[in-house]
Amino acid sequence: MNTVTVGISDLNIVKAPDVLVTYALGSCVGICLYDPVAKIAGLSHIMLPSVSQMPGARDSYKFADTAIVILVKKMTELGARSARMKAKIAGGAQMFAALSNSSIANIGQRNVTAVKNTLAQLNIPIIAEDTGKNYGRTLYFNADTGLMQIKSGIHGEWVW
Amino acid sequence: MPLNSYNDLNDIQMDVLREIGNIGSGNAATSLSNMLMRPVGINVPQIRILDYNQVVTALGGPETMIVGLLLSLSGDVTGMMMFLLQKDFAHMTLNALLGQAFNDFSEVDEMGYSAMTEVANIMAASYVNAVSTLTGLNINISVPDICIDMAGAILSVPAIHYANISDKIIFIEDEFSSQEENAISHILMIPDVESLQKIMTNLGIEI
Repeated sequence: MNTVTVGISDLNIVKAPDVLVTYALGSCVGICLYDPVAKIAGLSHIMLPSVSQMPGARDSYKFADTAIVILVKKMTELGARSARMKAKIAGGAQMFAALSNSSIANIGQRNVTAVKNTLAQLNIPIIAEDTGKNYGRTLYFNADTGLMQIKSGIHGEWVW
Repeated sequence: MPLNSYNDLNDIQMDVLREIGNIGSGNAATSLSNMLMRPVGINVPQIRILDYNQVVTALGGPETMIVGLLLSLSGDVTGMMMFLLQKDFAHMTLNALLGQAFNDFSEVDEMGYSAMTEVANIMAASYVNAVSTLTGLNINISVPDICIDMAGAILSVPAIHYANISDKIIFIEDEFSSQEENAISHILMIPDVESLQKIMTNLGIEI
């Protein structure tokens, strides 16, 4: 079994029995997609809601609306079917409570909303969600079981 | 040549930032010493321009638990400033201020949070005062907002905010020593690029 790391503004795909991990999601969101029949798992770590807010940006793995579409496409190329895919999402925290200045307030919430909208457009149901609140999360996603494990530095570990 | 991003900084401009860092850190050490009511020494600060991934690595990896304090800058200089206190630093200050020793961040209580916020507030103010005096620019800082969590999660906040401007930040490492205890803190200065240009211009640096 290999553990494959997904960095910030990155995505990756593994087959069973491998595991995907992305460390310390703050206001970013981790999107786990799983085809339980093909046992193919994909994980995307997005920073911002939409590419349309940053015209000219080339880094399409950074945005919810572009990264998820690419992840689905890449998984399909490996034999997964989008009709069988289920999603689990985590992250989108507000790390600093009193951060009220301008656009960065609620960026976590806006990321989560953008992820949900994009998944809805692709007809991929969200079967587990661990979002919001005020703490960072490390996310493990197991391609064998489809389970998403969350680890917090303060609140311990749990599984979705 | 106008300054468009942190990548454009040349050697002379880097030296200027280094000098600002030296003076700022010296001031911060003095205020720390006053607060803790004991002598505090400081090594020559290390100043580097890093991207976020490098900052996270320099802090010991994404899951390292640290204290993050975020302040926003306004006035002639706008942007953000972040204090990152390693566990040993938090330990040293809380021990000196409250007589509390702790083994784990989960043990830090309300009083500990507010003591650390105050330390950051005073150190940030003395740091910013140095920059302000040196440049003749008026800089205000907000009350710091505190968060104890994984380094990667804390760093995602400025990373997201400045995603459309720059992947780089000014990373200052200060090593304080007091009564045979060493403690490292990091300061991230994230002035908007126009503000960085203003600082350079006011110091008479050609750009």
